[in-house]
Amino acid sequence: MKASTQKKVNKDSKGKQASPQKKGWKSIPMGGLIERGGTAKEYKTGEWRTFIPVRDEAKCINCMICWVYCPDSSIKTQDGKMTGFDMDYCKGCGICASVCPVKCIKMEKEEK
Amino acid sequence: MKKTKLIPMMGDQVAAYAMRQVEPDVVAAYPITPQTEIVMSFSQYVADGKVKTELIPVESEHSAMSACVGAAAAGARTMTATSANGLALMWEIVYIAASTRLPIVMPVVNRALSAPINIHCDHSDTMGARDSGWIQIYCENGQEVYESIILAVKIAEHKDIQLPVMVCQDGFITSHAVEGIELFDDKVVKGFIGEYKPRFSLLDVDHPVTVGPLDLQDFYFEHKRQQSEAMDNSIKIIPKVFKEFADTFGKRHDFSETYRLEDAEVAICALSSTAGTAKIAVDKLREEGHKVGLMKPRFFRPFPREHIAKRLSPLKAIAVLDRSESFSGNGGPLFTEIKAALYPERHRPAVLNYIYGLGGRDIFAEDIESVFRTLLDVAKTGATDERIQFIGVRE
Amino acid sequence: MKNITEVRWHGRGGQGAKSAAQFLAEAALDSGKYIQAFPEYGPERAGAPIRAYTRISDNVINIHSSVTSPDVVVVIDSTLITPSVLEGLPKEGVLVVNSPDEPDVIRKNLSFKGGKVATVDATKIALETIKAPMPNTPMLGALLKTYPIVSLDALESKIRDKFLKKIGEEKTAANIKAIKRAYEEVKLG
Repeated sequence: MKASTQKKVNKDSKGKQASPQKKGWKSIPMGGLIERGGTAKEYKTGEWRTFIPVRDEAKCINCMICWVYCPDSSIKTQDGKMTGFDMDYCKGCGICASVCPVKCIKMEKEEK
Repeated sequence: MKKTKLIPMMGDQVAAYAMRQVEPDVVAAYPITPQTEIVMSFSQYVADGKVKTELIPVESEHSAMSACVGAAAAGARTMTATSANGLALMWEIVYIAASTRLPIVMPVVNRALSAPINIHCDHSDTMGARDSGWIQIYCENGQEVYESIILAVKIAEHKDIQLPVMVCQDGFITSHAVEGIELFDDKVVKGFIGEYKPRFSLLDVDHPVTVGPLDLQDFYFEHKRQQSEAMDNSIKIIPKVFKEFADTFGKRHDFSETYRLEDAEVAICALSSTAGTAKIAVDKLREEGHKVGLMKPRFFRPFPREHIAKRLSPLKAIAVLDRSESFSGNGGPLFTEIKAALYPERHRPAVLNYIYGLGGRDIFAEDIESVFRTLLDVAKTGATDERIQFIGVRE
Repeated sequence: MKNITEVRWHGRGGQGAKSAAQFLAEAALDSGKYIQAFPEYGPERAGAPIRAYTRISDNVINIHSSVTSPDVVVVIDSTLITPSVLEGLPKEGVLVVNSPDEPDVIRKNLSFKGGKVATVDATKIALETIKAPMPNTPMLGALLKTYPIVSLDALESKIRDKFLKKIGEEKTAANIKAIKRAYEEVKLG
């Protein structure tokens, strides 16, 4: 028995959850138990965003302040350098853009 | 006939003794009058090395039940004990224990809820928790407390029930009364409850699980439906546990105990120690030739509707004695439950309600006798007083 | 129908009324009887007047209310010997009190004409044997002489059983001596 929360849900064209075939009370685990680990990985919290951050790589000084402030751990890094955004989890909140000391990040309306 | 050796023990000590024999993995508890002796005696067993239980002396009952939920989710056989305001402070987590389907067993020593502050017996504490999703067993005396705790472990942990159980006894009246108790052998008790096999464990890192996730409009209702089913189902399963208990210990249990009810025309319905006192009144009136009897529900949750309706519906009149006031304007909790149980029956007796014994006010066989006499009049004349009556209160 | 014996104990918190009620019950249990022993808890403080009860029967005891018409009343503290200790005591009832007075004096003071009155100076006995003002064990001795509901032997072995591990041989022996002295010295009238 697996709860349907653990399954990939169907999405409509806007990325919102379409009404999936959810299981009834007889076939879900007792008491709200989720029977396996890491299920949050399947839940892409970046699905709701309106804006996306766009970085001007040339201006970026790799100070990592955006990495410190990002509430969704969506700043990708490698070898001490900022390498981009994890768009699976970025909610487009704009904190990175606002804290950037050199203003190299701009928030732009996402084209779907 | 040689009777079995009886050991003198207070109701609280009996509860602790049963806990020692169950030897839970974890007990998290906070002492509160009149439950204190349970925690005291059990702590002594832990200190003396009589049990391997991890005893968590917490700083409040809210923490006690929280620790129990955590321990039970970790796969531990878990117990605690409380009374009155302690149960009230646990409140939030009491529901979580049941809804998370954790088979925690909790002896509760019934005591009046404040205010004004009072340490003596009534059922306002556990009756308030009647809709929390816990199974509730009410005990007349120390012997029933002892056997019910052992029974409760088996019921709670049954794979198709998985619900926590409160084992209730009357504060001071039985909790602090010494009676002769027939005790079972440690090994037989251990054999009966068996090794605890939790359905999951937070400590099992090879099979990680999430307990208590956010559960919104899309699944919460389904989980409540499951809980409802579990309680309903327990009515079918619990008799199997009774049978196993009888086979093991030679002691019969049922959803209720009836006393001289078979051919009775009128009956009194009461929980816990008062039922014992009522037997004295029944005997006296029987000697006078009146057909009176007693119904003592042992289980209040699940409420054994059919079991009780079958036994009470043939009667002419019954009086339900409630040791708590639900302040509903519609009678005490046992009364409304009994009345609802009788509604679908073709023959319905007149049902009277008496509130008694709040805050430890004593109830005597004479009080119960006078209720019986009223019932006999009702049976004769058919005239009933719909108003809720109070026994032993000063006007 | 009255195949049950009910004893009401009057004492002050800390004097061992509850324990005395329990020792009597347990001695009876060992003799094959059914028992109940329970205190009436009021505000819990040392020195407050308290009541405790013992029920002894050949049959299972179902009743769970306090005792309203005791067969025997035992007053452990002499300052509590007031007419209120007679509450519910039937005219054939037995009254056992801790007092150096003769039973006649007690009868007169309380205007109690019926039954039996027994007096014993349990405090004096306690001070001389146990070396502490603990009149509860001697009162048990006085009770058993007046109203032999269990044998002195049964009580002695219960006391030994209860006390030996807790307070040692010497003090246990002192308590048993106190019981026996009170048993001998109690005055009936």
